[in-house]
Amino acid sequence: MSERDGFEERLREARARRGLDKSAAGRGTPFSGSWGVGFRAGVEVVSALVVGIAIGFLLDRWLGTWPWLFLVFFVLGGVAGVLNVYRLFNPRRGAGS
Amino acid sequence: MATEGKTIDALSQFELAPVLGRIGDAVGFSQSNAHMLLVVGAVTALMLYGMANRAIVPGRLQALAESAYEFVHGLVTEQIGEEGKRFFPFVFSLFMFILFGNLIGLFPYAFTFTSHIAVTFGLAAVVFVLITVVALSLHGTKFFGYFFPEGAPVWLAPIIVPVEIVSYLSRPVSLSIRLFANMVAGHVMLKVFATFIILLGGLGAIGPFVATLPLALNIALVGFELLVAFLQAYVFAILTCIYLHDAVHLH
Repeated sequence: MSERDGFEERLREARARRGLDKSAAGRGTPFSGSWGVGFRAGVEVVSALVVGIAIGFLLDRWLGTWPWLFLVFFVLGGVAGVLNVYRLFNPRRGAGS
Repeated sequence: MATEGKTIDALSQFELAPVLGRIGDAVGFSQSNAHMLLVVGAVTALMLYGMANRAIVPGRLQALAESAYEFVHGLVTEQIGEEGKRFFPFVFSLFMFILFGNLIGLFPYAFTFTSHIAVTFGLAAVVFVLITVVALSLHGTKFFGYFFPEGAPVWLAPIIVPVEIVSYLSRPVSLSIRLFANMVAGHVMLKVFATFIILLGGLGAIGPFVATLPLALNIALVGFELLVAFLQAYVFAILTCIYLHDAVHLH
């Protein structure tokens, strides 16, 4: 199978010569383009807010404390949304393993 | 149909209708379910027929099947690492299901099941349950340390922990809303501009000339939708991989 190995190598060399292989830096960032980033940030904020509101609403209905927990979790949802957007640009990975 | 009474009716394309006559009516088998089955059949056929020959120099179908396999394989190993290979079947079927659902939904008369929040949220809920179960089974109770980053002052815990929990719970919501919103927006835009063609085309002598403008726009939109169909399947798969990475490595 040395023939096929040689082929792979030559293919890689040819691709590198032509600049077909994207550099490693360009990979792993699928949300290039300002529209993509903006839309994703918006979705993160909205979904965190939706989850916060839902949790607060359900807890209030369960405990009968309307509207206090709703207000608390509304703020928490907003904070979590901002945190999500922060994570979008500063991923947690690389800190540990 | 869309121009009845000279109004723009862009949302009726998302309505569910039972198929298969009385049997489908009785069990609630809609065109959405039918398209899901069609997509599963198409993906299975691609992989089975494509790889039937196992040629060293692949034909068209085999090249397609192999590049799909290698694409997802690269995604999984790149994002999760070597131990992520056991999640490859899951990510691959998820990616192919969404990709084919988006693409087949672009055909005329076809139905896009990824434009329903129930479907996308169902998929995202499966991902969410999987990442939680994986993290719990791999790390046990250490998983709950995820909600409180190391090194943070303890008196901040009452603020950080609920925020982290809400942030964690918002993952399936953002995952599902992103796919759903993209598909709905694209199909509504296609429908609106298609309606413009018909409305402007009826403007007498100049009608056919003015109607070419929305027609040209619609052609561009179809190309754009092809891109979005692929991109959203890719985003769903890569975010699943990133979440799985967090679940496996936990930091």
